[in-house]
Amino acid sequence: MNRTISVEINGRVFEGEVEPRLLLGDFIRDNASLTGTHFGCEHGVCGACTVQLDGQPVRSCLMFAVQANGRRIATVEGMAPSADTLHPLQQAFHESHALQCGFCTPGILMTMEAFLRDDPDPTPERIRSALAGNLCRCTGYQNIIEAVRLAADRQKDTTAS
Amino acid sequence: MAGDRDSGCTRWRRAVTPTGSKVENGGEHGIGTSPLRKEDWPLVRGEGTFIADFKRPGMVHAFVVRSPFAHARFTTIDRTAALAALGVIDVITAEDLPDRGRPIPTRMFSDEGSNRFLQRPLADSVVRYSGEPVAVVIADTRYLAEDAGELLQIDYEPLDVVLDPDDAVAPDAPLLQPHTGTNVAGQLTYEIGPLDEAFGKADLVIKEEFRIQRHGAVPLETRGLLAEYDAKTESLTVWGAAKIPHVNRGILTRLLGWNDESRVRLVELHVGGGFGARGEFYPEDYLIPFAAMRTGRPVAWVEDREENLRATNQSREQVHRVEIALKKDGTFLALKDSFLNNTGAYVRTHGMTVPGLSASMLPGPYRWPAYRGEFRSVVTNKTPGGTYRSPGRFEINFVRERLIDIAAHRLGIDPVEIRRRNLIERTAFPHDVGTLYDGHPVIYDSGDYELLLDKALAAFDYEGLKRWRDEPATGGIRRGLGIGYFVEKSAPAEREYARVELSDSGDVIVYTGSVSVGQGVETIFAQVCASHLGLPYERITVVHGDTAVIPEGMGAFGSRAAMLGGTAVMRASERMRNRLLEAAAQALEAAPADLVLTPEGVSVIGAPSRAVSLDKLLSAGGGVIKEEDRFVCELLGFPYGIHFAAVEVDPASGAVNIHRYAVAYDIGRCINPVLVKGQIVGGFAQGVGGALLEEFSFDATGQPLSASFMDYLLPTSEEIPDVQVLITEDAPSPLNPLGVKGAGEAGTSAVGAAIANAVSDALGAEVTRLPLNPQRVMELARG
Repeated sequence: MNRTISVEINGRVFEGEVEPRLLLGDFIRDNASLTGTHFGCEHGVCGACTVQLDGQPVRSCLMFAVQANGRRIATVEGMAPSADTLHPLQQAFHESHALQCGFCTPGILMTMEAFLRDDPDPTPERIRSALAGNLCRCTGYQNIIEAVRLAADRQKDTTAS
Repeated sequence: MAGDRDSGCTRWRRAVTPTGSKVENGGEHGIGTSPLRKEDWPLVRGEGTFIADFKRPGMVHAFVVRSPFAHARFTTIDRTAALAALGVIDVITAEDLPDRGRPIPTRMFSDEGSNRFLQRPLADSVVRYSGEPVAVVIADTRYLAEDAGELLQIDYEPLDVVLDPDDAVAPDAPLLQPHTGTNVAGQLTYEIGPLDEAFGKADLVIKEEFRIQRHGAVPLETRGLLAEYDAKTESLTVWGAAKIPHVNRGILTRLLGWNDESRVRLVELHVGGGFGARGEFYPEDYLIPFAAMRTGRPVAWVEDREENLRATNQSREQVHRVEIALKKDGTFLALKDSFLNNTGAYVRTHGMTVPGLSASMLPGPYRWPAYRGEFRSVVTNKTPGGTYRSPGRFEINFVRERLIDIAAHRLGIDPVEIRRRNLIERTAFPHDVGTLYDGHPVIYDSGDYELLLDKALAAFDYEGLKRWRDEPATGGIRRGLGIGYFVEKSAPAEREYARVELSDSGDVIVYTGSVSVGQGVETIFAQVCASHLGLPYERITVVHGDTAVIPEGMGAFGSRAAMLGGTAVMRASERMRNRLLEAAAQALEAAPADLVLTPEGVSVIGAPSRAVSLDKLLSAGGGVIKEEDRFVCELLGFPYGIHFAAVEVDPASGAVNIHRYAVAYDIGRCINPVLVKGQIVGGFAQGVGGALLEEFSFDATGQPLSASFMDYLLPTSEEIPDVQVLITEDAPSPLNPLGVKGAGEAGTSAVGAAIANAVSDALGAEVTRLPLNPQRVMELARG
């Protein structure tokens, strides 16, 4: 009954024999040992488990691992370019105090990274709307919106120069 | 409308250190500044270690089987099929526990009466809420443990349920613990001043009933634990502790029947939010360690969200019957309140804390010649209760501030004006309210309530808001303004521990008995140490939350970390600085005041060649110097603030749109303005949940109707507007040398009050119940 699957996560291929019912998030966390992807509700509301599947944000609690066979996944661990630098969005979150406990942060980063690719110069209202599928219980969202705007500004400056 | 990041948080201008040391070289990241947080780096990289991320070799997984009934009797649990299922290692029921499971004690505000209603780790013949643990299945994986859990055969026989607090005190109510003859778990009355006389003199008496719905902390990370027993040393390690590791170590040791607390180690990992609920001692905090001892394997348990919404402490459910007596000029004469607090099926660790806080703090920032506050805390067939951010105060601020607005409407006095006339004067501090909170007198330590009101009215352009309110809106939308004035409290549990260690490398480690729940305790304690030891923020590391490394601690709750933990860090840092400078002064033949401490050593100001290295200074101590402090403060600090809400209400849809929101808060002294503002804005969002959205609801049989995030509605970014925050430091606390009061609960405290007042103003109808969900708003609009 178990299936053998092969999933590329952050550029590395993970193979495993899994039960068909195994959640993609569990595969990422347990089989690939990438525990930055968190489960906050396991029913698709909170967004903490958001990863990118072929570049698009998806909830890893609403997909089975077998459905990701042969696909390409990105998780929060793949964002930072090196051990001593952060991705510009991560840096903006750090500078804007956009996290407190940090539990929801990986899912929000994955959602917002994809959002900024689609909408590189968003208004605060559009950020607010794009963020509405991710719950944060600590921050009240204000600083997250500021952080995304800060990252967008810096991206614009880099592109301009 | 976002306020300036550092708005209003001016630097401390007084000599605050009683020992007289004045530190100028705390670096650029000392008290009053907002350095980048020390906590963030692993969290933004996905490298944090929350409990579900933590693994031990050979670990197995627990699933807690919970009652599907709100009230039922059972005689047998047949575990044959479950034990035979794939991957199952063990199934534990009450009969396996010593004494069939010892009751989990209260840790605060307890009395003999409430001790009759304590919860045991597993139900034994009667279940009293849907979600009560009845068995634990241990298996190789969580998937297999859940599979086996479904195979348990339990012969439940449903009993009558009682859910509403009024029903619980009715003469014919079903009793949760029939041998007690009552559902009242605890009661208390405070009476101050000549009540009858005051009511006799009144021009106006208003009597009203207010209800606050059951809602709760719901941190985004659910609870979880991993326990491992070492049979050789007969010792137990439990990871996943939060909030109060040392307190829970004591409780676990006693429940295990042990005497020696050093056999138990509790370790805090990253904590995904607390807000009152996480970190209290729950049934699982005994069951998982017990399972680890019984199976000889490390046992992990992580609550899922459905369990979390049925099993973790809920809060806030109160019914108040309150009367206010006034003169026709708006002068308050007396306040009288009798309320029921629904504590759910058992009295958990907080005892009577929540209703006790309500009754002792209902008077708020006003003068009352007479006050009577009385509560009964009742058990019902709902999930047990505990504290949630601003416990007891979110509720009573709604009650009192709503009642004051109703009185203002009747008397034709402006809501701001009626409050101003009754605020406690600045000359009246310290002000003894006359009530007690868990044995601590409620004495407001410092304040200038009218000054904050004036500053807030100006900063938030209240006159402009009034003009906005009076402009005609389109589409039938109605506009309203509301305010809520509140007094908060900080720092119960009257002591905290700190140890500062400096090594000759110039690196500092601060050990604290306070813990992290995401609020930034590593950052602010490093700032305090930087300011008072005088070494750079970057060289300071803060260690917390491991009972093997830190000898004692009271944890993080009730906005206490900065006031008690911060002061202990400050005093240890300052003593260390003085010791170093005195030693260097002798070596350099200079006055301590002429010396400067750096990570390299101590030198004479203006003559850097006259220096002594840290190597040399610390050589007698083996290259390390340590200072400990235990700061004790018997009294509570009382910060205060005002919430302003401007709302647009759509009577057709029942929607409440928060047009603007602002919070003014006097914190005594602000250690980190960005973090304080973060606390206030985040707390506000939770308050909006309580005012508009969140409700633990139950059907007539006690089945929870809000056991997923599709039914229990946390606020999203779309419901939370930007908040304007004004932080002032006009009333530093005289109770601690830092002058600080707590920051954690101000954002939540008066949201229900301010939004309900604004909605009442918009609709011209008096709100008496929360939450203001669309259905209730439409009903109010229809009148």
